[in-house]
Formats: sequence, C-alpha cells, structure tokens
Amino acid sequence: MLFSMPHQLILFLKALLGSCKDLLPIILVIAFFQFAVLQQPMPNVGDILVGLSLVVLGLTFFIYGLEMGLFPIGESMAQAFAKKGSISWLLTFAFCLGFGTTVAEPSLIAVAKEAAIVAASGGIITDTLESQLSYANGLRFTVAFAVGFAIVMGVLRILRGWPIQYLILGGYVVVVLMTMLAPSWIIGIAYDSGGVTTSTITVPLVTALGVGLASAIKGRNPMIDGFGLIAFASLTPMIFVMIYGMVIS
Amino acid sequence: MDLFFEFLTTLKNTVVDVLPILSIILGFQLLVIRKPIPHLKQVGFGFVYVLIGLALFLLGLEKALFPLGKMMAEQLTAPEFIHAGEQVLTSIHWLDYKWVYVFAAAIGFSTTIAEPSLIAVAIKAEEVSGGAINANSLRIAVAIGVAVGIALGSYRIVVGHPMHYYIIGGYVIVVIQTFYCPKLIVPLAYDSGGVTTSTVTVPLVAALGLGLASTIPGRSPLIDGFGLIAFASLFPIIAVMAYAQITKAKARKVEEKVEEKAKEKVEK
Repeated sequence: MLFSMPHQLILFLKALLGSCKDLLPIILVIAFFQFAVLQQPMPNVGDILVGLSLVVLGLTFFIYGLEMGLFPIGESMAQAFAKKGSISWLLTFAFCLGFGTTVAEPSLIAVAKEAAIVAASGGIITDTLESQLSYANGLRFTVAFAVGFAIVMGVLRILRGWPIQYLILGGYVVVVLMTMLAPSWIIGIAYDSGGVTTSTITVPLVTALGVGLASAIKGRNPMIDGFGLIAFASLTPMIFVMIYGMVIS
Repeated sequence: MDLFFEFLTTLKNTVVDVLPILSIILGFQLLVIRKPIPHLKQVGFGFVYVLIGLALFLLGLEKALFPLGKMMAEQLTAPEFIHAGEQVLTSIHWLDYKWVYVFAAAIGFSTTIAEPSLIAVAIKAEEVSGGAINANSLRIAVAIGVAVGIALGSYRIVVGHPMHYYIIGGYVIVVIQTFYCPKLIVPLAYDSGGVTTSTVTVPLVAALGLGLASTIPGRSPLIDGFGLIAFASLFPIIAVMAYAQITKAKARKVEEKVEEKAKEKVEK
C-alpha cells in the first residue's frame, strides 16, 4: 500500500507521455502547413493548447478504460456464450451488437444527413425535408442491418472455422458486380459507408468478442480466427447500400 | 468554467451514444447469460474511464484540431491558393495540387497514429500474437496505408478518374497478396481497413474531399466528394500485408545467414 500511490502515478505519467507521442505527428503536420505552406500565424493559440491537452488526457483515460473494462467484458461474454453452447443466442447477440451500435453511430448519422442533402440537390430525391429524412433514415437502417448481418457472418465463421479470405474476397466480387449494376450516384456513398460504421467503442468490444470466442473454442487459433469481424462489418454495408440505391431508383 | 460545461455536454452526448451498446451488453448478461459480470467493479470503472476519456478526446478535437484542420483543407483546395495570380482558369493540371497531396498524406498518417480504435486493435494483436506483431509497427504500417490511400484518392478527385477503377485495382492487389503473405496476418490485415477510419480521421478527410470536389470545375460533390474514406480503408489492408511480407523476407535472410555460418563451421 505504501508504494502503490507513487507507483500508480508513475504508470499514469508514462501513459500520458505515450499519448503525447501519439499526438505529436498531428501537431507537426498542422504546424508545418500553417507556417511553411499557408504562411499564416497560428490562430487562438490558447484554445489550441487547451484542446490538445484535453485530447492527450482523453486518449490516456480511454486506453486505461479499454484494458480495464471493454476488453474484459467482451472476452468474458464470449466465454460465457461458448460455455452456454447456444448458437442461436450468440448469433442474436452478434446481430444486436452490430445493429444497435451502428444505428446510433453519430458519424453515420452525419454522413447519411450529408448524403441526403447532396442527393436532394442532385435531383435524386424530391427536395423536401420529409423525403430527405426518409432517405437518410433508410440509409442508416440499411447500414445498421448490414453491420448486424456482418457480425453474425463473422461469428459463424469463427464457430465453423471457415477461412476468412474466401468470404472476404467473395464479398469483393459481389461489390464489383454490384458497382456495375448500381446507379453511379450511390457508389461513392456506398464505398464510404463501409468505413464509417466502426466506432471507437464498437471496435474494441467486437475485437475482444472475436478473440474471446476463438480462444474459448477448441481448435480455433485466436490470431487466425479471432480477428476479422471488423472486416465483415466494413464490407457488407457497401453491398447493402448499393442494393438500397438500386431499390430507390 | 465554460469549458467544464462544454465537457459535461460532450460527456452527456457520449453517454447517450454508448447507451445502446450498454443496454445490449447488460440485457444479454442479465437475461441470457444470467451470471454476474466477473470483476464488476473493475469493469464498471473501466467503462467510466472510457466515457470520460472519449468525452475529453472529442472535446479536445472540436476545440483544437477540427477547426484548424478543416480550415486548412479549405485553404489548400481554394482556387486562390492553387492558382495564385492566374485570373482565367483554362485548365487544371494535377501538379497544381501538389500541396493537397502532401497534406492529404500527412494528415492521413498523423490522424491514424492517434486513432483510438486502431490503438485498441494493435494492443490486442500484440497480446494475442505473443509479441510477434509489434503494436507500434502495426500502427505505422496502417498509417502509411492511409497516407497513400488518401493522397491517391485526392489525386483521383483532381484528375476526375472514376473511383471504382482504383478500388477494383486495389482489390486485385489484395487478392494477390492474400495468397503470398503469411496466413496469420490475413484477418488482422482485413480488419485494419475498417478500424482506421473513425473519430479523428473521418471528419478531416471528409472536409478535404468535399473541399476538393466543390472547388475543382467539373467535379460534383455527389459523385466525387465521397469516396476518400473508401481509399483510406482499402490501402491499409495492402500496407499491413506488405509489412508482414517484408518482415518475413527479413527473417528468412537472417535464417539463411545463420545457416550459412553453420555450414562454414561444419566445413572447417
């Protein structure tokens, strides 16, 4: 007990230093472009310094909490499901996790809104608030459903031990085929929607779930079978959003 | 004091964003698994730390990085900067936008290094591989992939090539690499495409894409403004597999040298 406080403090300071290092590249890039390329003074230096220290603190807390909370809960749930042996409950959980975390994802909501505005100005949908809202919501639910489906597929793959490359590469073939069939205005949004779905809290949880499942099931290698869930979650939205575009037009 | 209230608002928003995940976890834990959560106190504190951390992180980004980064993206793509002095625009040359490509690559690399979800996956990969995969090297490989991807994506917007040629070309490279690279890295490489683009990268990259597409004559934000994120999720896959291939080749060279020396010893 006597040593625990300074020891904790040293650990915390070390973590803070690590976060500073993670942030250093951004600071250098911004400073270089501001001074050397755009040749302008730095605006609101005080605000920026405060903001940067918040980012460093936030990153440190996040990583602390990650290893204390998110990783353990993901792994313990994976093990509990593996012990319980009920595949249907596991798949239901997988779908809920994918759908539930995506449908409320702020960056997806932002992108869907943006896409609706652009689509309305491009004459794809009628330029009323109502049709924009229904288009944006349609996009959101399509992507969320796609991610739910993806986690289900990914968990099934871990259970069965299917090699990932055939599934993902097969998915690519579908994406390419769909690209030829889908209307051109949806393609950019569809391709992007794969990237925006995976949020900062979902990724550690889903990764821990995959690794936990692969370690709990006999004959699965956590490295080969545990990773890959996120890959599915960034592939299926592309396909589903292109289908959505085809249905709408 | 204002800052504190802003923090509380951000914290509230973060909690609201996390509520669906939390209710799914709790619901399944209590109703389906029906066992207490192991190390409940520690996990609970962990969640609180994650929420506080994310709220601080987002607030800091909003305060410091996003306004500045977005302003830079706008300034660098603005016609006044690109065609300084030229009054009549007859044609655009892709090299006029050289600073845009450099900025795209630099901001892609640096934001990826700070991306919390990539840090999470890298920590897990190092742990699971027993240290064979180094967390920092993995992050640098992914960041290089994002840098190349966003720079190439910006170039595409400038010259106006159809995006799917690039994406399909990238897929072909991924397919070929998949058959030649060490099997252990394949799932992790596929995953790294999805984790690169979240909290830090997306807002800045989207601003860059829309800025480019709306200032270059003949580009439509609808077709050309989107798509940069797709580049940022494809190229890290290539980069991570390349990283594994290079590491493997190096290891083989070391092995060969050791074997040669052993042979020499035997011959002596």
